[in-house]
Amino acid sequence: MRWVFLLAGLTAVGFVALISVYLVVSGIPAMIEIGPAEFLFGTKWASTAEPPSFGILPFILTSVYGTAGAILLGVPVGFMAAVYLGKVAPQRVRSAAMAAVGLLAGIPSVVYGLVGMLVLLPAIRNVFGVPDGAGLLAAILVLSVMILPSIIKVSVTALEAVPKSYEDASLALGATPVETYMRVSVPAAKSGIAASVVLGVGRAIGEAMAVMMVAGNAPNMPSLFESVRFLTTAVASEMSYAGGLQRQALFSIALVLFLFIMLINAALNLLLKRGDAK
Amino acid sequence: MKRSLSFRRRAYGAVMMFLMRLAVVIVCALAASLVAYVLWRGVPNITWELLSTKRSYANGTIGILPDILSTVYVVAASLAIVLPLGVGAAIYLNEYARSRRLVAVIEYAAETLSGIPSIIYGLVGMLFFCQFLNMKTSLLAGSLTLVIMNLPTVIRTTQESLRTVPAGLREGAFALGADKWRVIRTVVLPGSVPGIVAGCILSVGRILGESAALLFTAGFAHELYGFFEGMGSAGATLTVALYVYAKEEGEFGVAFAIAAILMALTLAVNFSAEAAGRALRKRSGQ
Repeated sequence: MRWVFLLAGLTAVGFVALISVYLVVSGIPAMIEIGPAEFLFGTKWASTAEPPSFGILPFILTSVYGTAGAILLGVPVGFMAAVYLGKVAPQRVRSAAMAAVGLLAGIPSVVYGLVGMLVLLPAIRNVFGVPDGAGLLAAILVLSVMILPSIIKVSVTALEAVPKSYEDASLALGATPVETYMRVSVPAAKSGIAASVVLGVGRAIGEAMAVMMVAGNAPNMPSLFESVRFLTTAVASEMSYAGGLQRQALFSIALVLFLFIMLINAALNLLLKRGDAK
Repeated sequence: MKRSLSFRRRAYGAVMMFLMRLAVVIVCALAASLVAYVLWRGVPNITWELLSTKRSYANGTIGILPDILSTVYVVAASLAIVLPLGVGAAIYLNEYARSRRLVAVIEYAAETLSGIPSIIYGLVGMLFFCQFLNMKTSLLAGSLTLVIMNLPTVIRTTQESLRTVPAGLREGAFALGADKWRVIRTVVLPGSVPGIVAGCILSVGRILGESAALLFTAGFAHELYGFFEGMGSAGATLTVALYVYAKEEGEFGVAFAIAAILMALTLAVNFSAEAAGRALRKRSGQ
């Protein structure tokens, strides 16, 4: 029986290997054919034009800006909520709010996309007086809500793990409760909180469907009110009809996205390990 | 005591407290208004015809019965494969493994899997299952893709609950002369049921909400099939159907009806996950 269980355990490793190998093998050829520099730093994506041009810098920048924007909006809210829920909130409030957080985490991304399309886009059109609300701003707003649950859940867990003696010592020295939470508990839980932010980055950069529904999907350089395309949506929007070099270029985009994710995973592991060591 | 605090410190405390409360209110209001809005827009559009028929271009009516069935099939097929795999892996890690390095490698692989975005799963699923293994765009290919996605969840929850089975129980069973496999069957597995159930529920939630991984592996046909026939053919799950109706066809009424159904399912999944979590904690508290 031992071998059966070993085999089951090794499937996870096998899947990771499968995904990596497939992405590298199918992603490299187009990159070489187009030229790595032109592919990564080219600013024009016209995959069906004649001659086609395959520059994915707009996608990379859109993904980076979109993620940064979502973090900028989501982290302050998530962080403050996490401190309140982990340290201040009475049991009743805490469990109700955590249920709300769990709900936000469970809502399918297409539902976020749908509500974004029908509520957010008209709102942006009206407030900013732009012809089409779809664009980077809409995507940032949707993503900032979608990353809230990861940030809050992981931060709350980290804050709850802070030894009570730290806080007691701070209180005994005359600090107010709020000062204690902000200047003792938060620094003590900082690797967990940092991990929650990195997790949020991973969520935001990997989200495809919700973004696809609100970002407009034209391969422009990123700008708040113009239609833009993320790395994820670049893969998704052309995959159904692409062929030849265009199709291979989509695999190369996926490879770039995968490398971003691996980088984020490595950072996450480092942070969590540092948290454990303490 | 409070009186003696300087103005600056009092102001700091008050402002921070206000910001914290504000943040929690924002989060709760977002969740509540999302649920309310989707149900308000969606529920009136849920009709018996929508639920019980398939799409008919001749009559110009839309029905989502095929999409509901596809969802059920995908959930069932994915769980049927991922549960034995995940539980087996967790048992290996917790009961058999002696090499620390191997455990670290497997756990690292599972963590990596849980961080990969679903669009990449969809792409690799399409390349590997649909093309390399020649399954075409089918519910089977979609289910297998979801198996890879959900494996880390099942491994983690099962492992958590295996750890709560007291070592004394295992030792007692060994002392009575049971071999390893028998101990696992009669002592360890029954003890880990709450974790397996939790993994099951979380996976169901994730499968119900998944769309990017299914778009290119399971496709978006709306045809009525039985289970085995369906596994071999393309079909849209509810989330994929929502996407297609909203984005490609502008049928927002149908999209919101599906969204309301998904929202209700999400609520149900969250409540049962919480109940399962409570059961797990109760056991580990013993």
